[in-house]
Amino acid sequence: MIESPSGFWGPVVWIIAAIVALLIAYFIQRRGEKAYKKGVQSETFLMGNPKLSEGETHIKAHNIYWGFFEGLKKYYVPTIAAHTGIINDHLIWFIAGIAVVVIILFVTGGI
Amino acid sequence: MVALITHSPILIIAIPLVAAFLTPLIGMASKKARNALVIVSLAFVAFLVIILARDISINGIHIYTLGATSPELTLPGGAMVPIRIILEVDAMSIFMGIIWATVSLAAAIFSLSHMAGETGQNRFYTLLLLMVTGGFGMMFTGDLFNLFVFLEIASISGAALIAFRTRFADAVEGGFKYIVISAVAGLIFLFGVGLLYAQYNSLNIGFLANAMQYSTLDIIALTLFLMSLTIKTGMVPLHMWYPDSYTVAPANITAMLVITSHACMYAVFRICFSLYGGVLDASVVGWIIVIIGLLTMFVGVTMAVFQTDVMRFMSYHAISQMGYMWLGVGVGLAVLGNPALDTYGRDAISGGIFHILNHAMYKPLLFMTAGALFHRTGTRDLNKMGGLGHNMKFTLILYIIGTLSIAGIPPLNGFASKFLIYESVYQFNPVLAVVAMLVSIITLASFTKAFQSAFTGPQLPEYKDVKEVPKPMLIGMGILAAAIIFTSIFPGLVVEHIVNPATDALINQAAYVNGIMGGGMP
Repeated sequence: MIESPSGFWGPVVWIIAAIVALLIAYFIQRRGEKAYKKGVQSETFLMGNPKLSEGETHIKAHNIYWGFFEGLKKYYVPTIAAHTGIINDHLIWFIAGIAVVVIILFVTGGI
Repeated sequence: MVALITHSPILIIAIPLVAAFLTPLIGMASKKARNALVIVSLAFVAFLVIILARDISINGIHIYTLGATSPELTLPGGAMVPIRIILEVDAMSIFMGIIWATVSLAAAIFSLSHMAGETGQNRFYTLLLLMVTGGFGMMFTGDLFNLFVFLEIASISGAALIAFRTRFADAVEGGFKYIVISAVAGLIFLFGVGLLYAQYNSLNIGFLANAMQYSTLDIIALTLFLMSLTIKTGMVPLHMWYPDSYTVAPANITAMLVITSHACMYAVFRICFSLYGGVLDASVVGWIIVIIGLLTMFVGVTMAVFQTDVMRFMSYHAISQMGYMWLGVGVGLAVLGNPALDTYGRDAISGGIFHILNHAMYKPLLFMTAGALFHRTGTRDLNKMGGLGHNMKFTLILYIIGTLSIAGIPPLNGFASKFLIYESVYQFNPVLAVVAMLVSIITLASFTKAFQSAFTGPQLPEYKDVKEVPKPMLIGMGILAAAIIFTSIFPGLVVEHIVNPATDALINQAAYVNGIMGGGMP
């Protein structure tokens, strides 16, 4: 158990809760359809249309969260553009960073 | 045994160094003997780290003066200035040492299979052991110039390891970027060291802390230290080289590079607390670290969720997680010297340091699972993967453990450290805690994307015959997964015996200075 300024964290209760939840899930699964057979019942049925190949049914990574990226286009376009991959640009950021920090330290009472 | 403990700080650095030069010689005679040498030497180093940690927990800071008649003799013959190379290992240093010993051993075991098909393995293991030497040196040294030297050793060997698979053009480019950034950062750091040496005639951190005036030159030196180590750690906006380099290295090397980034972060903390702790404007520097941390968390995770290259995806997440550590420790620094330190500042630092430990377990594990995917599919592109969970069940389980931990899902260890950070940072400024939680949510969402893309779905025809990765790779990942599970079940034990002593060592500047200067202050 660890204590924070306003509470505590003990993982044991969570682990017990997870085990209980898994047992309940197993119990429900055991009470499921007895006549179920692996095979034809789990086949894809698309209104009688030909079945898609296995590769075609898998959603590719670049399609996931498309809406999220579209919604945040104003953030993503300049942020991605800043990642040029050119090492000269990386060093410009570095020099600018040094300048900003040294100014902050001087302005806030360093000298 | 007493002699072993006494000399353990230098042995921990020297053993991998000697093994590095023996590796190519033994490798010419027998590959098995070479592999055994690498694993045995790293295992022995891990043993030494454990006994040194135990000694420090009982007797406090462990000083080792090279060339002195007695290792504790820092000021020989009544000298006022420590003149020899001195290693100063306190609870914070050994905390980093435990991490480095564990990850480097796991990565070396993983290498046995992952690198088995590569040519030039003698050189590979030599470089790996040199990087281990550099890492331990950075963590244990009590001297700024030696910190620079060990930083260079770790950087040069790291660059060579990133570019090791020279058949890939992007690996060579990644290695080139790494060495340029490291060289520039190293020289800027050295310039800062020169500024302090010119004023105080010493390079010893304890002595310098005692003599520090916080003059204009000291402030410039502080800026140079901060920024050179910030770019090496990969903090936003100086992070852009990081994914380009870490993505293309072999996965086991990327796992180790993450810890060298931690070592640079450790150096930032050491400089802020132990070198400048008594004189700097803690509130201003603390806020600078907090803002950099916050930017890093947010930009890192939003860039990660966009990626489709599994290693690049992991690299951006490594950047993002580093932000949590800076946030926690930055908040602690911002309230250093005022009553809030006792109320929540110490817990914030503990949260940040605990997160270093957790990140050092789950991030290398996740990089290794990405390496396992590459090992079997030959691609890093998530768009080309799918259904791999059918045949790579152990890798799938290890990936899930790493994912739940990095996303801070209870009861995994990532939650425990984030819990400490959220609660203490909330008392400092609630907005910071809200951003930290938002980043955690996006982290979970992005790892779900990678999980869905690589492991779930129907078996793709091209991967029908894919097999699970070889046992040494599973053992390497298993060591880290076991460490995650242990820390998850016993967070209180870890915080009480490893994290809190490290936090106290970092905060207690006087103890660090006294370790070198003893009672005879100049």
